[in-house]
Amino acid sequence: MHPALQGLITIIIGVGGCVGYFYFSNQFLDKVLFPARGEHAGRNINRANQIRPWLFLFPALFALGLYLAYPVFATLWLSLTDRDAGGAFVGFANYIQMAREPKFWEAMHNNMLWLVIVPAFSTAFGLLAAQLTDRISWGGIAKSLIFMPMAISFVGAAVIWKLVYDTRPVGQDQIGVLNAVWLSFDGGAMSLLFLKIVPVLLVALFAGLMAFLIYQILRPVLGREKGHGKSHWWAHGLRAIAAIVAAWMIWLSLGVIVSLASATLPYGEPQTWLTIPFWNSIFLMVVLVWIQTGFAMVILSAALRGIPEETIEAAVIDGANPFQIFFKIKVPQIMSTIVVVWTTITIVVLKVFDIVFAMTNGQWETQVLANYMYDKLFRANDWGVGSASAMIIMLLVTPILVWNVYNARKETL
Amino acid sequence: MHATSSRKSPLVWAVHISVVALVALWLFPTVGLFVSSFRTADQIANTGWWNSLFTQERQAPAIRIEGAEQQVDGEFVISGNLFEAGNVTISRWGTSSREPEAYEPGQLVDLGDGERLSVAEDGAFRLSAPVSFGDSRLPRVFTTATRPPEFTLENYRFVLFDPNNREGMAKAFFNTLTVTIPATIIPIVIAAFAAYALAWMRFPGRSLLIAAVVGLLVVPLQLALIPLLKLHNDIGIGKGYLGVWLAHTGFGLPLAIYLLRNYMVGLPRDIIENARVDGATDFQIFVKIILPLSFPALASFAIFQFLWTWNDLLVALVFLIDSTGETTVMTKQIVELLGTRGGNWEILATSAFVSIAVPLVVFFAMQKYLVRGLLAGSVK
Repeated sequence: MHPALQGLITIIIGVGGCVGYFYFSNQFLDKVLFPARGEHAGRNINRANQIRPWLFLFPALFALGLYLAYPVFATLWLSLTDRDAGGAFVGFANYIQMAREPKFWEAMHNNMLWLVIVPAFSTAFGLLAAQLTDRISWGGIAKSLIFMPMAISFVGAAVIWKLVYDTRPVGQDQIGVLNAVWLSFDGGAMSLLFLKIVPVLLVALFAGLMAFLIYQILRPVLGREKGHGKSHWWAHGLRAIAAIVAAWMIWLSLGVIVSLASATLPYGEPQTWLTIPFWNSIFLMVVLVWIQTGFAMVILSAALRGIPEETIEAAVIDGANPFQIFFKIKVPQIMSTIVVVWTTITIVVLKVFDIVFAMTNGQWETQVLANYMYDKLFRANDWGVGSASAMIIMLLVTPILVWNVYNARKETL
Repeated sequence: MHATSSRKSPLVWAVHISVVALVALWLFPTVGLFVSSFRTADQIANTGWWNSLFTQERQAPAIRIEGAEQQVDGEFVISGNLFEAGNVTISRWGTSSREPEAYEPGQLVDLGDGERLSVAEDGAFRLSAPVSFGDSRLPRVFTTATRPPEFTLENYRFVLFDPNNREGMAKAFFNTLTVTIPATIIPIVIAAFAAYALAWMRFPGRSLLIAAVVGLLVVPLQLALIPLLKLHNDIGIGKGYLGVWLAHTGFGLPLAIYLLRNYMVGLPRDIIENARVDGATDFQIFVKIILPLSFPALASFAIFQFLWTWNDLLVALVFLIDSTGETTVMTKQIVELLGTRGGNWEILATSAFVSIAVPLVVFFAMQKYLVRGLLAGSVK
């Protein structure tokens, strides 16, 4: 049967089946099981109304349970068993084996970098774009153009950026923009400015942002002696982890600054960007930042527009300059939205697979967890270690999951 | 805010310029691929795409003179034009690779043995000799010429319509479409009913279920791959369209229920209460009142799910594409091309653009709903 025809039939069966199920199950409930007539009419209506919600929910709950909830436990079980030994329970053997593999630690290391850099830059660029585009008449068009990469698949984006990073041998015209720009630097004053001073300043800015973050994270903990509010131990744990990661980022930034400042750059030689360890991961992250900035911009722009005018007017009257208004009045008021954007992008980053798969496939030290897992599951056919790495991803997502559920409960109760 | 910013005109200009720079930076990579998809392999390999938009001067590969010889005034003459396309202007030319820019256009050059060659500015040449050329090899001409921008649709014809191209995108395009449409429609129907129950029906455990949906929203689908593949194999679905439709339905449901429930809960209570009083059943209320009113939320989710399934690689790799490769989708096809045709940018760029084009159209046509869905969907 032709797949398109099969698709059409599936739509008809799927949609028709769903609607039919809902219609007939309701009919059955009202007409056969608990008819709203006879001596028990009132009691029957009540009973029918108690059962009806579950009729409406059943297909969704069944699909959710089977396709999302069950696999979590099945994967957990797989990660504790050995497929070759007929599914025998092996305890943490898979995890131990995974911990012995350097590729796994490389993936962890890179994933941590991704987890900090991509959300940080996407949110920062998104905030910048939101703030700038809201102030001009053609901001709508600008927004939809910056937003556009959201519609492009990760694979499509990988092709787009591979062309940007393309390399031709010395002597030929470069067709990748990055190499063309790179070759226009000759080691003169402009090169010093754009390849040393500006990047060092940018990295320093990033380090400063991280320092500010640490300050924000630790302030409530340090200020607690003064005795306002009590928080849970796990909140302290999360804060400590976040502070350590941020401190690690500062350490990395300082390393980058030193190596940038001291490096003698190979001017005039075209570079194969995707094979330079550490920097190639950054070049892959650029792709995701490029995609996610539009998302951050859309959400943050709505939040910025929701800020009460009075607060800004008051600041203007008090003589605040635009930068003060932005950082001291606007940003604190949209802090909760910034957190939402940050965590949403964090989840996207944890699942990032297609970009690495299509551009480097984890070679040249660009491995990430999701691709490592795919390698293990479908290339090495090692379900135990593959499932173990999937559980690591799940573990990393869990704090966000708990946080989201906690907030949602607060709202609906 | 606007009143103050209009007075500070330097700042306004700075804003305009920054936004132009930002937009240009964000568009530049995509435009590069788009432009490249209209260039020939030769053009792409030799110059950056940004040059192709302008008239450019460069040295062309050697062209060997060919044509029928004629006898004019006792001389044997071959004449014609070096270029098929018009609008080319030669600035220098030569007959040897050591001196490719030896002569000016129009100059009459003695090549030895009485052979004389002249090449005009527009590429017209005249080669003459006192004796017949016979089977002897005719000279090669090196040119340095300015040419106007030149684009072709040949890449698209090759990628989409060439029956001999086994790596073509036509089949993968239809496969992607086949995956996408049922995988978009089915979750909407299932989720809409569940969302209504979660929004407007009272029953014990409701808020617990809502929390569970929020939790499942972030569960990485990576965890589901092996257990579900095993399940599909055990119940006989194996790898195929049915499996991928079911998987996309399952993975799309949390967002669908979450978005739709949040929207439905905001619908006016009066309408629903009145309908209840008038004796409408829940099923009638849902079909006749809730569904039509929820159209914006339904559209939002439909776009999300469409973009997500169209652009998906991982789910298709695991649940759909078997070893025969008959059911390959576009994303997979492009990854294959990246491996086998890594240097053939004309094919890569065109294939990528074929797959990007549909989501882009959907994106620009339905942006309003997409933004609305994003604003409602990001967990607050």
